[in-house]
Amino acid sequence: MKARVIVTLKTGVLDPQGKAIESALKSLGVEGVESVRQGKIFEIEVAGADRAKAEAKLKEAADKLLSNTVIENYRVEIL
Amino acid sequence: MKAAVLVFPGINREHDMARALKLISGKEAAMIWHTETELPAGTDLVVIPGGFSYGDYLRCGAIAARAPIMQAVRKHADKGGLVLAVCNGFQIACEAGLLPGVLMRNAKMKFMCKEVHLRIERSDTPFTRGYNAGSVIRVPVAHGEGNYIADAETIARLEGENRVAFRYASADGKVDPHFNGSMNAIAGIFSEKLNILGLMPHPENHVDPVVGPTDGRRLFESLVETLAA
Repeated sequence: MKARVIVTLKTGVLDPQGKAIESALKSLGVEGVESVRQGKIFEIEVAGADRAKAEAKLKEAADKLLSNTVIENYRVEIL
Repeated sequence: MKAAVLVFPGINREHDMARALKLISGKEAAMIWHTETELPAGTDLVVIPGGFSYGDYLRCGAIAARAPIMQAVRKHADKGGLVLAVCNGFQIACEAGLLPGVLMRNAKMKFMCKEVHLRIERSDTPFTRGYNAGSVIRVPVAHGEGNYIADAETIARLEGENRVAFRYASADGKVDPHFNGSMNAIAGIFSEKLNILGLMPHPENHVDPVVGPTDGRRLFESLVETLAA
């Protein structure tokens, strides 16, 4: 089963990389960009066909390693 | 002083650290590979050195923080054992939950590689007893991710419990709030029991007059004195 874990910075956490990307987009002339926040997407193959079990496993993975919950939020998507 | 220096793939400051420990304590440090599950018997001090463990993949220190040896470090710290975590080591200690907060990309996106001034916040700890509180030392930094962030409650707690060890400052001790974006100009913090110190700067690089200033020496001397007492 294919799944995704999407990790994003919590609101209020300063994102210097996002800021740098935002200003690069502006200098490239890409108009209408109001703000950019950088995050991460993990594409994960999970064994088995039990969606609930897969979701629980991926939450465990996100809590244990993929995200740092001091600064990041995550969500799990089973595709 | 029996010191153990942890070694992870991608760490590159472990020899500087081992050299400083030998120079000041007179004893060779044990180098401990990350897949070990035990520290050498009688280890007084665990050092998590600087570098780029796992190429800074995922988040700085995140993968090293989950290495087998870290369970042994946690046990050592829980019993009150001393832990010194420098630069990438500080990031690893935060990721492992040994210290609160997290070190993010420097606010101005610059890799800071220079000598800085640090204000010593307190002198009644195993790491800083050889310094005077309020005094200023010169040590180098070399980091791209040293921007210390924690939630407001954690910062209030650190400040309330006097657990800030060092702040970035000017030569005359005025706090520099804009050095790398760190909240309250924090360069280093203590754990609750003051037995763990995490800091971004490299005191181990200023211990030998051949190199220049020796302001980092007292940190290691403090540890030797603490353990001898």
